[in-house]
Amino acid sequence: MSERQYELVYILPPDSTEQQVAEIHEQVDSVVSRMNGKIEKTDNWGRRKLAYEIGPHKEGVYVLEVINGPGDLTKELDRRLKVLDQVVRHIIVRVDQEKQVVDRTRGKRQANSERRRVKRGLPPQRQPGEGRSSVETDDLDDDRYEGVEV
Amino acid sequence: MPFGQGRSGGGRGGRGGDKKTGDKQQAQRRPMFRRRKVCKFCADKIDDINYKDVKLISPFVPERGKILPRRISGTCAMHQRKLQTAIKRARQIALIPYVTD
Repeated sequence: MSERQYELVYILPPDSTEQQVAEIHEQVDSVVSRMNGKIEKTDNWGRRKLAYEIGPHKEGVYVLEVINGPGDLTKELDRRLKVLDQVVRHIIVRVDQEKQVVDRTRGKRQANSERRRVKRGLPPQRQPGEGRSSVETDDLDDDRYEGVEV
Repeated sequence: MPFGQGRSGGGRGGRGGDKKTGDKQQAQRRPMFRRRKVCKFCADKIDDINYKDVKLISPFVPERGKILPRRISGTCAMHQRKLQTAIKRARQIALIPYVTD
């Protein structure tokens, strides 16, 4: 159970080229694989405006990496990223526990609603056009009540 | 902002020494009417308050950059806690400002 999931987000200077971005990614990858981890997903958000200036920068290239690996991986990764000049800012967040909680609550809600619906004699899944729809327009309402005699 | 409006309405009743009588009567009829606030995350069934989701978080960070208090936004305690960590994380990677003036 040493396997945990982390998210790493780092910011590179806005003028860094594709090649530089790839280079940093490779460095991260090498650290991760050396510590018996695995990069599950990489997501380049591209250039974004920073909410505040960090040193001379007003913009930055954001990269997100989802990493599976043991806990001591983060320490090493953190140390290495601090040393690198090209990385303006980085953050490592553990996500597996939160993800579990979210999945559990979501599943519980789903199961609950299905159970209640079945009890009321309805099909377990919500049918289209049922209940108060979020895209309520006056025309829609009128259509629904046209055939009904009051 | 809808939250602020209710409050200023309440203040008006208390202040009015030289107000018109019509205003006063209205205040007497329904004293301190406020819209009931509900937690946005409970209502919309948002389980995951993620620090990367700026669109979700930003309404809870007013211009000044401070976190909107619970008594104003109506967020429930659990979600306010989650929101707080999300905002703090988002600040670290410059998605949301620490301060703005």
